[in-house]
Amino acid sequence: MRDFSYLRAGSVEAARQAAALPGTMILAGGTTLIDLAKCGVAEPDSLVDITHLKGLDKIEVSARGATIGALAKMGHVADHADIKRHFPAVSEALWQAASAQIRNMATIGGNLMQRTRCPYFRDPANFPACNKREPGSGCSAIGGVTRGHAVLGTSDACIAMYPGDLATALIAFDAIVHLGERQVSVDDFFLLPGATPDKEHAIEPGEMITAIEIPDSAAARRSTYLKIRDRQSYEFAAASAAVGIEFEADGRTIRDLRVALGGVATKPWRARAVEEALKGKVLEPDAVRAASLLAVEGAVDNGANHYKIELAPRVVARAILKMGETA
Amino acid sequence: MTLELSLNQQPAHLRQGSSIGQPLTRRDGFLKVTGAARYAADNHPPGMLYAVLAVSSIARGRVALLDVEAAKAHAGVVEVMTPENRPPLATDPDAKNNPFMFRLDLLQNDHIRYPNQTIAVVIAETLEAATEGAALLSPRYEAQPARVGLDGAESFVPGGVGIGSPAVHHKGDVEAGLKSAATRIEATYETPAQYHNAMEPHAIVAAWDGDSLSIDTPSQGLAMAQGRIAGLFGIAPENIHIRSPFLGGGFGSKGMISGPQVLGILAARLVGRPVKLVLRREQMYGPVGHRAPTRQTLRMGMDSEGRLTAIGHHARTASSTFDDFFEPAADASHTLYASPAIATSHEAVRLDTGTPLFMRAPGEATGSIALESAIDEAAAACGMDPLEFRQRNYAEVEPMTGKPFSSKALRECYTQASERFGWQRRPLQPRQMPDKDGFLTGWGIGTATFPAIMFQAEARAVLRADGSGLMETGAQDMGQGAWTAFAQIAADGLGLDIDQVDFRAGSSDLPNAGIAGGSGHTATAGMAIHNAGAAVITRLADLATRHEASPLFGAGNEGVLARGGRLYRRDDESRSESYGEILARAGLAEIDGRGTGTPDSASREAYAMHAHGAVFAEVKVDPDFGQIRVTRLVGAFAAGRVINPRLVRSQYYGGMIWGVSFALHEEAVTDRRSGRIQNANLAEYHIPVNADVPSVAALLVHEDDPYVNALGIKGVGEIGITGTAGAVANAVWHATGVRPRRFPIRIEDLLG
Repeated sequence: MRDFSYLRAGSVEAARQAAALPGTMILAGGTTLIDLAKCGVAEPDSLVDITHLKGLDKIEVSARGATIGALAKMGHVADHADIKRHFPAVSEALWQAASAQIRNMATIGGNLMQRTRCPYFRDPANFPACNKREPGSGCSAIGGVTRGHAVLGTSDACIAMYPGDLATALIAFDAIVHLGERQVSVDDFFLLPGATPDKEHAIEPGEMITAIEIPDSAAARRSTYLKIRDRQSYEFAAASAAVGIEFEADGRTIRDLRVALGGVATKPWRARAVEEALKGKVLEPDAVRAASLLAVEGAVDNGANHYKIELAPRVVARAILKMGETA
Repeated sequence: MTLELSLNQQPAHLRQGSSIGQPLTRRDGFLKVTGAARYAADNHPPGMLYAVLAVSSIARGRVALLDVEAAKAHAGVVEVMTPENRPPLATDPDAKNNPFMFRLDLLQNDHIRYPNQTIAVVIAETLEAATEGAALLSPRYEAQPARVGLDGAESFVPGGVGIGSPAVHHKGDVEAGLKSAATRIEATYETPAQYHNAMEPHAIVAAWDGDSLSIDTPSQGLAMAQGRIAGLFGIAPENIHIRSPFLGGGFGSKGMISGPQVLGILAARLVGRPVKLVLRREQMYGPVGHRAPTRQTLRMGMDSEGRLTAIGHHARTASSTFDDFFEPAADASHTLYASPAIATSHEAVRLDTGTPLFMRAPGEATGSIALESAIDEAAAACGMDPLEFRQRNYAEVEPMTGKPFSSKALRECYTQASERFGWQRRPLQPRQMPDKDGFLTGWGIGTATFPAIMFQAEARAVLRADGSGLMETGAQDMGQGAWTAFAQIAADGLGLDIDQVDFRAGSSDLPNAGIAGGSGHTATAGMAIHNAGAAVITRLADLATRHEASPLFGAGNEGVLARGGRLYRRDDESRSESYGEILARAGLAEIDGRGTGTPDSASREAYAMHAHGAVFAEVKVDPDFGQIRVTRLVGAFAAGRVINPRLVRSQYYGGMIWGVSFALHEEAVTDRRSGRIQNANLAEYHIPVNADVPSVAALLVHEDDPYVNALGIKGVGEIGITGTAGAVANAVWHATGVRPRRFPIRIEDLLG
């Protein structure tokens, strides 16, 4: 590990100023950053520790929605009574993320900055080619071990999967990332790899995530997060779905539907085609299954990850039908 | 009413010991949970430096360039060890003179023969400096294409498999047996490469004092490690002092001293200061052994009543390009099921990997999952319940050799485990048990087996004038509970309460306890302890029975019993004398005796010796997602005498959970272009987490074995994996109707 300087920021403003300097990274829970530093991906010259900043760990839920401070721990948010009531999918996504130990350390802001688990990305010593690390160096994953790689949103430059659970739930409910003066939707916060997979987030030097805001909605209140994987815990999704639903007064006709996919795409993936296909329709299993196939429209596999294309629509359909059953 | 309180008809003083059989908690437990147990890497002798390995990116070729100057220029770096300056060795690390000796990579040249092979060692004042120094070496390579996978090279028939078993065995005529069969099956199963992944990585702290060497390192075989190091460095074994009080798991990977551990010793030699070297998790994927992949084809014929007429078991496996260890997978068919004709054979390829090694239940784990799957397929082909099929083909004698078993309570295992599990309610056909939540439930069975192996061990016992005892043997506790179980055997052997016995182990300065492997440690070192105890008691009895002042005078050696720190006349309990009184009268501060543990060749010639078990598994599979969860495991095992039921049950639990791991989780995934393993970390190399094993029961089935050794111990370390892996696979079939033939079973295998 390289030597680096360490600074405890006295305020949000001081942290932002420090983080504007090249080679400086913000340290919160450290569960991703320390890990990436150990495997040689992150080589910061300087760390700005924000863990002690007051007021950044608040979780506030009102009729308008939730505001979650960037330093709130994953575990606290998952277990927050109002989050569970107003945004069950968010709580469930967090419960199924990582391990209890990591959830107790990791922060919500840091969670959004989590990077891919692509083994080629994480191994610079042995695989120098990685467009995400070194733009233009190539992609080692294409043609390699790809069972965990994305099938949606990929490019010739990068097929790395976005591994997180929380952002999948957030994107379904139009959450907003607060970056100090600026606010961006979660959908816009995460960038497609395209030709620039090194650029993962719409965050500029000197900006820092201070909070996440999730607007209240009937669909969010009736939501779930379904995560499928080979083992029961401490594994990234083979495929996951965050789904929220609102019915018309008849209790059968879909007024609003939110569908997002995890474990299959290069960024948290909103499946608007599924939503549009079912809005205004009566919830009916065959229609749901047919519409769910739209979730993987345009998907491209790299061999071993082909199963995700089969699996993801089934996960979406199950989640939608489950939300329908609880009518 | 009358109660028959006749637990033991013998007078108290005639009972055989009292510590053996007690479910004592681990004597080292408090040290471990409080962090006071000192593992190898916890040692920091004064002046210690840190060594970090620089390892190869490529699988095959040579190192063309290392920027040693850049590494040495980094602040804190003291030295860089390469083939140029590595201290000389007395013997070639590529020399080999017995099958337990493995070739080591000790910077003997610039050749690379597997990924993660050491190419240099950076020694620095801090771990951080050494780590950065290793990165600064920026190696350049001349690479050749990696040979990867079971089809990656020409196959050949190895000279032997495992340790010295012929690659090909047969009895009877398998082809004729298949031809005459009413029903036949043939199926091919694949198992992946797996890595030991002990919680504690291989670590060493080495300090030289002239030609004397002091080492802290985890070892499953202290005397073998001492001998290997002595040979490599050309120094006397007694000048090498290895301490290994605790291992954070070994599973076979710490059976022989590994290359990286020897490199730590070389580094200390080079710099003339103590050196610590600890492998990073990813560095354990290469130089410290693994379980080789297999592809196994099973052929079975059955007559109209479901009796096997033939078993053919062929396994293809892999070793490294430079050494021999061939996973003896097909040998699993030698011992379990009766058949007039059995043929087993092996072939192998040489790949650009580290040399495979013993990994918990070597041969039996890989062979068992294929054999138990095939037996299940055979039962299904005959339309029989798979338990009934196994009982129909129950081996009354060892199938391959025709030898009687020294003991075999497998029938009781089947009965007890199936009753506990509720097996009789199982529908014959698959996909018949959907549950209320929409999951497909399936029940499967697997038979467990592992040979009752013994090695060679020695122990020394001491009785002291204060009435206490000492037992010494260089036994190795890798988490299985050696500190406790051996102390129990020692207490009974010395006729003392366990609290009166000072039990010493975990050091090469103590008598050779043999290897903690092959499920043979408790039997082997246990017998040495038992015999050492008997030897010192004999001396003590001599002192007493020959002295006129003793109440035991004239009783003769055979006429006394040792219990509770006293010797009693066998025929008159009222006449007894304490150990302290006997020694005081003789004017001795202490006396000692030595004992050995060794297999009895005559009884081993006459009898087949194996532990057995039956494992039943319940799985639930989501029909849409192919997501598998094991919901229940019940195993019953008969492994001779149980020294400590709590520890034994714990061993079975661990083994059974490993069986789940084998069936559903573990796999080293290789990048075929580079030959590198792409999941060399515990986030992506999966083993079950707690949530994957909600319910495990292990039943201890009584078994007396008068032949295996005087204590009747068979060993329990490895058997739990066998049977379980197959039971889970068979349960998946019963749930889904899909027969798994590739392991681990994954979501995509069941998506349909």
